Amino acid sequence: MDFSIFGYQFMQNAILSAFLGGIACATVGVFVVLMHMPFIGVTMSHAAFAGALLGLWVGFDPLIGAFAFSLVAAAIVGPLADRGELSPDTSLGIIFSLMLGVAFLFLGLMPGTKSSALELLWGSILTNTRGDIILLAVVAVVVVGLVVIFFKEIQATVFNRNIALSVGLPATIILYGVLFLTGATVTASLRSIGGLLIFSLILNPAAAAYQLTYSMKWMFILSAIFGVLSGWVGLLVSYLLDVPSGATIVITSSVIFIIATVFSPKRKVRHWKEESLADE
Amino acid sequence: MADTVISIKDAVVSYREDVALRGVSLDVIAGEFVGIIGPNGAGKTTLLTVVNGMGKLLSGRVTVLGDSLRSGNGRSLRKRVGYVAQVDNIDPRMPMDVREVVMIGRFGVLGLFRRPGKSDWQIVDEMLELVGMTHLARRPIGHLSGGEQQRVAIARCLVQEPELFLLDEPTASLDWKAQSEILELVKEIHNSRKLTTLFVTHDLDALPHTCDRVVLMKDGLIVDDGPPDQLISTSSLSQLYDLPESVVEARRPHMHVKE
Repeated sequence: MDFSIFGYQFMQNAILSAFLGGIACATVGVFVVLMHMPFIGVTMSHAAFAGALLGLWVGFDPLIGAFAFSLVAAAIVGPLADRGELSPDTSLGIIFSLMLGVAFLFLGLMPGTKSSALELLWGSILTNTRGDIILLAVVAVVVVGLVVIFFKEIQATVFNRNIALSVGLPATIILYGVLFLTGATVTASLRSIGGLLIFSLILNPAAAAYQLTYSMKWMFILSAIFGVLSGWVGLLVSYLLDVPSGATIVITSSVIFIIATVFSPKRKVRHWKEESLADE
Repeated sequence: MADTVISIKDAVVSYREDVALRGVSLDVIAGEFVGIIGPNGAGKTTLLTVVNGMGKLLSGRVTVLGDSLRSGNGRSLRKRVGYVAQVDNIDPRMPMDVREVVMIGRFGVLGLFRRPGKSDWQIVDEMLELVGMTHLARRPIGHLSGGEQQRVAIARCLVQEPELFLLDEPTASLDWKAQSEILELVKEIHNSRKLTTLFVTHDLDALPHTCDRVVLMKDGLIVDDGPPDQLISTSSLSQLYDLPESVVEARRPHMHVKE
């Protein structure tokens, strides 16, 4: 088998992007899983996609559009999650479908070929530039850095926001910080992974780590490892089978989740509970 | 003269269209053990959230531990007030053990950028011992029973080294044994640590016998306030819970109620 391709600059860029994007997405994913808000992430990634398309259509940097739209989505979904006023699933479903509608509207209005727009949909990690990598690196360092610095505040907030508030922690600021980081991570990874696929890379590694450990610290570490592994194995499979890399990365992350679920020590708890119920 | 640690004057709190407190006034002096009873929706939990700065006042004045409550100082106040909230369902897969959950109580006191040190872990271990949970310290928090989780919540509250001890339905949904053990524990903690305690419950069986004072609440108002012996009578409970006196009478052997 010829692996000389890994000597090329574009492939090295892709490997580095998968490493940085994997860490950033998987770290943010831990919040998404522990705060039970997967729909928030889906909504924000589609908002980012819509914003990027607006940029492409009007003629400014798609990443600025993506970031602005994901912040707007955070500003709408944040209070919903915070106050719990409406059923979050219903209201997020409406915002999610609105963002998707807006995205396809921009796609339809865009003159000429849609190849650059479709790249944002499916992602193309193999065309990542030095600029993309720097952005991914900045986001990954900021995300990991904030988790390390504010670990105890984050730990308390994801355990129970009301308890965190009641001991005097700024839990509301932490919640909005998490939404902001999700928006930034989605934006930075949009070009590599794509608006439709990015969310799987956020959710799957963290959900896999969640199956394997009762330590939050280890959940962050395992999630990051699974995120990077998804990216690298996905890239390799994409090269070997000559299929789109965004798709193989996401499928790899799903396979990791399935394997983690099968081997989860937490399933034993359920078996034990089922057995004791059967005994009664 | 004894210190007044909580002073609430004409507090009005509203959640959207519902008025949860309709002009409540209450003074609590240091060291008192106050039981707050009333039916569901009486405003008991809201009264506690006003005391710990989490409730938003529409009007009225609240002074807690010498500080007048404003929108900006709730967080610093909460570090001095221990709050045991109603039992919440905890995800059985939550990646935190009992010791880590109890440590959350220290986080506010520690402040930003400071990690828990050896002395903080020592306080956590002491409180776990006090509530009889040392043997489960390394157990994942989601694997505990309701009574055990309530003990953990009390330990979490105590590691804060609070001046006020607020308990919101700490015995709700617990079986009789767990209920009486928690009541015993709360009483012991109140006495040994010389705390000022507010104990909210809708269940008279759960009312600690040692309350110095009972506050009866209904429809967002305090309808009566005084020593338990004088207040908890068949006629007052009949009015409080909208039940005929005969029904209260029939239940009396199970409750700490005088005739």
